[in-house]
Amino acid sequence: MNRVTVSAFASGLIFSVGLLLSGMANPEKVLGFLDLFGAWDPSLALVMGGAIAVGLPVFTLARKRERALLGGEIHLPTKRSLDRRLVLGSLAFGVGWGLAGFCPGPGIVATGALQPGAAVFVLAMLAGMFFFRILEQRTH
Amino acid sequence: MTIDWNAFTPISALAGGVLIGLASAWLILANGRIAGISGILGGLVNRERGPQERRNHGWQLAFILGLLAGPGVWALFYVLPPIEINASYPVLVAAGLLVGLGTRYAAGCTSGHGVCGLSRLSPRSLAATLTFMCGGFATVFIARHLLGA
Repeated sequence: MNRVTVSAFASGLIFSVGLLLSGMANPEKVLGFLDLFGAWDPSLALVMGGAIAVGLPVFTLARKRERALLGGEIHLPTKRSLDRRLVLGSLAFGVGWGLAGFCPGPGIVATGALQPGAAVFVLAMLAGMFFFRILEQRTH
Repeated sequence: MTIDWNAFTPISALAGGVLIGLASAWLILANGRIAGISGILGGLVNRERGPQERRNHGWQLAFILGLLAGPGVWALFYVLPPIEINASYPVLVAAGLLVGLGTRYAAGCTSGHGVCGLSRLSPRSLAATLTFMCGGFATVFIARHLLGA
């Protein structure tokens, strides 16, 4: 265990507690937010708002820095294109999110809370990521 | 649209959001990495062979273990909040496959595009976030109000 892995573990742990506290790890709560035309629970808009309020100044700072605090480069995405892959992929993700109320992080957190349904979701998600790789290798 | 005030939990939602923001801020400043969960998982699933990629597996695995450990650490101090999963196993499998494939094609999910991308004011992440939100709204509308599931 070096400082880089300990730091990443701490980040994952805080992220996990944030997802639990916010209600994001509870699929029924998520579906209540996505049910815009029913009895709408607006809570999760505040999760995104709270996260971005902290993230905005820090990512602005990170863009100006040369190195990360633990050494090494700061890896920021460089892709700019708004292409078909981005839109169709996001759409498929949104449909899956709306079907079960799980996105990737909360799926893992609920698996850590020993929920069998969440484990089924996560295994299927890992299979989906594996299929992506196979499809990518075919086209290249 | 009617607002369900009984379900509205603004304080815990905001506080949880701030923690998510702090975790993402910490990972970019200390480790120089984006806290995009689909990207981190994808990096572990599609294990690349190069020395550069292999170096990533340590921090990626540590971050995922932190996510998994969260509920256990929480349970040491408090009762875990409810996690209500009403979807059947076939629906959970279909949802998982769509989320896994979709987030890899879009190169991000709620964390990578939604939190980190919007914090970077990335137009690409804004487009992704609007698209998956609309996909989620439409799916729940169809399931709950057209099909009555």
